Amino acid sequence: MRYDLSIIASWIEPGSKVLDLGCGEGDLLHFLEQTKGVDGTGIEKVEAKVMRCIERGLTVLQGDIIEEVQDYPENAFDYVIVSQTLQQVYAPAQLLSLLLTVGRRVVVSFPNFGHWKNRLQVLCYGRAPISPQLPFEWYNTPNIRVVTIADFKRFIGKMGWRIERETAINTDHHEQHGNVVRWRPNMLATYGIFLVSGQGRRSGAKQSS
Amino acid sequence: MSEYTDRDAAGVSVGIVSKQFFTFARPPEEIVLESGARLGPVTVAYETYGQLSPQRDNVVVLLHALSGDCHVAGYHSQHDLKPGWWESMVGPGKGIDTDKYFVVCSSILGSCGGTTGPCENNPASGRPYGLDFPVVTVGDMVMVQQALLEHLGITRVLAVIGGSLGGMQALEWSVRYPDRVASVVALATTMRHSALAIAFNEIARQAIMADPNWRQGHYYGGPKPDTGLAVARMIGHVTYLSDEAMRRKFGRRLQEKKDFSFQFATDFQVESYLRHQGDKFVARFDANSFLYVTKAADYFDLERRGGAASAVESLAAAQARFLVVSFSSDWLYPTYQSKELVRALKKNSLDVSFCEIKADCGHDAFLIPNERLSRLIANFLERVQREISA
Repeated sequence: MRYDLSIIASWIEPGSKVLDLGCGEGDLLHFLEQTKGVDGTGIEKVEAKVMRCIERGLTVLQGDIIEEVQDYPENAFDYVIVSQTLQQVYAPAQLLSLLLTVGRRVVVSFPNFGHWKNRLQVLCYGRAPISPQLPFEWYNTPNIRVVTIADFKRFIGKMGWRIERETAINTDHHEQHGNVVRWRPNMLATYGIFLVSGQGRRSGAKQSS
Repeated sequence: MSEYTDRDAAGVSVGIVSKQFFTFARPPEEIVLESGARLGPVTVAYETYGQLSPQRDNVVVLLHALSGDCHVAGYHSQHDLKPGWWESMVGPGKGIDTDKYFVVCSSILGSCGGTTGPCENNPASGRPYGLDFPVVTVGDMVMVQQALLEHLGITRVLAVIGGSLGGMQALEWSVRYPDRVASVVALATTMRHSALAIAFNEIARQAIMADPNWRQGHYYGGPKPDTGLAVARMIGHVTYLSDEAMRRKFGRRLQEKKDFSFQFATDFQVESYLRHQGDKFVARFDANSFLYVTKAADYFDLERRGGAASAVESLAAAQARFLVVSFSSDWLYPTYQSKELVRALKKNSLDVSFCEIKADCGHDAFLIPNERLSRLIANFLERVQREISA
């Protein structure tokens, strides 16, 4: 399993209800069901991945995450997970405030644009950074939101939400292994992972509507 | 449905099976239908495959669609050319594995598969019911299915599985007998017919009723409204296909000729195909049953069931886990209708999985052998069994 997913998994309390947005082939959900007995649901756009999930015995809905997440009652889940997806969303503020309505807490992970190698590419060559975490050219990247760890923390504060936990990590090329970055994470980490809760989410919801 | 059934390529089959019958609701204990009419006695034709476990916890109920019947898999005799309508899905080691599950399917009320319907004898008059048969609903069909299960000593089923009208029955099962159903597999189905679906059914019914041989439904013993029924089938069949499938299958190709005939004989292959489908159908289906069953499908409305204000309210009673599958080229019950169902299930915090399978063969895609669909259902059933025995 991807290293960032194993960190996320370690944060999830056993027996909780989990919604995984963009769950892929269900690696994280499967792991959580096996090891923590969670009651999991995934949302995934790609038919083949959805089929794979259902074949693995997972509960998965095929569809667009923003559309699908709308229909759940308030606090239907203990955790909503958006791993490596937020930077691809057109309206991240709206999405997050919606997620904090259907879930008590939201786990967010994203590639850190503030990593020194990315900074160096902009500084030295004046070009949009390309890295193992951000492997695309500017014209074909799905990562339309340029977000750093520092940006994200500022954003959460501005929205009146609360960061309950955070970890910055560095991963190897295949993202299977990694280590936690404690010193200057915005400079040295390739990914940021946050556990956000919706204190003051009412005002957040208002702002985004 | 039989146009898709063929011998299993690998020769795997449940083998020789036989239709069984169960009669209940003998007067004065007739069943009361949703319309308020009383009906009895009621005979149910059914088939079973596989072995019932000693704990009676491996039952899978299959629910057939408009033109199907209880003969799902296997052969009635060694001389049978064609197996049951879902031979590709049901059998040893298949999607619905008869080595693991005890599979039950009964012919629906009002149809002509051996269960009481307009073509069966009315004990009161000594001749076939015809239009004296009361109008039945999907709810009535399910009530009869439940009576059969009770007779078989089954109180809880692992899954109810159906496509199209069978899917409607599966949904009805989930709210009518919520504590008896552990899971529902709803394929290419809908919570209610759209105006488009009702329109096609009405055209088909009008074709039957306009046939002079129909004679207000009392044609038994005389010439049958074959022309009307064949046209009805042709209309229905087009709605089960798709633009894409028809282009691929027929295009504008001509049938055994190089140029137009400049007559009203068959020119195009698609004409010949539809006439053939119509003729085949007439040989095995009853025109009155077609009227009754299409009416039941049109009446079905999960959103207004029992005076409910919404599908969310109707489905509040359900407890089952759901697997909902739609097919991308199904224009009779398009994907958006499955999504509406999924939405209502989600709003009730029910466990639901949904997948839209890319298939160019239209509504009938669920009947066509599909390895992925088989695997999907097999794994879903396995999971449900694991969860309820845990």
